[in-house]
Parts: sequence; C-alpha cells; structure tokens
Amino acid sequence: MAEMPVIDPQKCNGCGLCVSVCSCGALVIVNNVITIVTIVDCDWCTDCEAVCTTGAITCPFEIVIQKP
Amino acid sequence: MAVQLEFLRSILYFSGLGFAELESIKEFIFEKTVDRAEIVLLEGESAENLYFVASGVVKVFKTSVEGKEQILSIVRPGESFNDVPIFDGGLNPLSAQAMGPVLLYGIKRNDMEAIVKDHPQISLNIIKVLASRVRHLVSLVADLSFKHVIGRVAKILVEHIGGEMGRGPRLTQQEMAAMAGTAREVVGRSLKELEDAGAIKLDRHRIVITDKETLQKIVDVSY
Repeated sequence: MAEMPVIDPQKCNGCGLCVSVCSCGALVIVNNVITIVTIVDCDWCTDCEAVCTTGAITCPFEIVIQKP
Repeated sequence: MAVQLEFLRSILYFSGLGFAELESIKEFIFEKTVDRAEIVLLEGESAENLYFVASGVVKVFKTSVEGKEQILSIVRPGESFNDVPIFDGGLNPLSAQAMGPVLLYGIKRNDMEAIVKDHPQISLNIIKVLASRVRHLVSLVADLSFKHVIGRVAKILVEHIGGEMGRGPRLTQQEMAAMAGTAREVVGRSLKELEDAGAIKLDRHRIVITDKETLQKIVDVSY
C-alpha cells in the first residue's frame, strides 16, 4: 500500500484548504475531518502540509542511504 | 456568488467597520475565479488590483534569473496580497499563483484610495497588516543566509539516516525547519538544492542519500 500523508484528526478543523490544493484527489472531508484516500498518484508534493494552519496533516520523510 | 458581508468583516483590513460601511465598500469589490496553477500576478508587471482570498490558497513568490522559485508567503482565506504596489504605486514585486481553485475578491487601486479616504479608520488596519508582513519578511530574510542553512539541513539528513535493521525517524519539513532554525519554505528549497547537487534524491516520502560524501562536504563547508 502506498505511503500517504499522516492525519491527526484531533487537530483538523475541517477548513478544507488541503483538499483545495491537492491535485491528485487524495484528500476528502468526512464529518468535518480530513480523510485520506489511498491513491497511487500522490507524489508527495507536501502542499497539503504547507497550507494547513493547525498541523493536522503532515508529510514526513524517511531518510535512507541508496544501496549500491 | 455575491460578496458576503460577514466574510468582509473577517478581513483584517475591514476590522471594526459596521455593516453600513461594509455595504458601501462592497460596491467596489469584484470577484475573480482562478483555476489551479493559474498565475494571478506576474512579478514586474504594473499592479492594478489589491486582492483578498475568499476561498482556496494562493502562493506568493519571487523567481530568480535562473528560474528558481522562493515562496515568500502562502495566502489563505481572509488574507490579502499585492498590497505593497497598490499603496506605493510601483510594479508587482512578486508573482502569485493559485495552489488550487481560488475565489478572489479584488479592489482596483483607485477605488482603494477612495475607500481609505472615506473610511480613514481603515488606515490603522492597513498599517497593522503591513507591519505584520514586514515582520514575517524580516524573519525570512534572516533565514535566507542560505549558505549556512543548506549545511544545517544536510547535517540533519546525515544525522537521521535510517538504520539497516529498521526505519529511522521520519521528519517533516516543519520539523527539519525547527531543528535548523529556519523556515519551512527554506528547507524545501534546500532539499531541492541538495538534489540538484546530486547528494540526495527525493522519492515521494523518502529522501534517498545518493552521495553521502558530497552531502558530508556540504555539511563541512558550512561549519
């Protein structure tokens, strides 16, 4: 399953700004809280994280060494 | 869609105004719908309108001669952009682009002057907005002593590489920014610079260190 942005529903105020900037349709608002739809088109642009004012949605990076 | 008085009331520019005053100001406001990725303003062009975001998000940025983009701010509903050239009569110092579908409320430059003359209490609101803007930009300028920041970001990557036995700690750009003592936007640009330098590769949720030696050199040069 593809890695997707992480949501803290307790921080989400349902403003929907992340949905408006998401270009791949990975985000929907359900019961006034952001919900992720797993989708292979998410290219981790992190725009959703950038526009969120509460820190409810984050796009954490894993740092790895390239194998030879 | 009609311009909503309640929404106008929430805009800092019009804070403290009564509904009668807002009704008279509403006559000057026009709506503009913008599509995702559409450029609203171009740096260097003459500025005709002050804009407020009614819905959606707009990014305001400068572009270098080499085409590199530096985001200066993200404008959310209730906030304004293109203030400076409207008040000082100069050209657009920045470009603005819609990050998704956006509805804007615009006021022409001449109409804004008339509004301020008719409602002088707005002047203090405008001063507060611009003062806050200056404070934000001063902080960003301080962060953009770029040579040092890119080294700090490189150091964070080196220190947080995932181990062989399992995944390392995951870091958001905001967390990296806090560790590096800089702004999130500067971290984003630093990662792109490190990728251009061949030290890392951005692969969705993974930062792959492709050349640890180069990355370490970048760390060493900055310290």
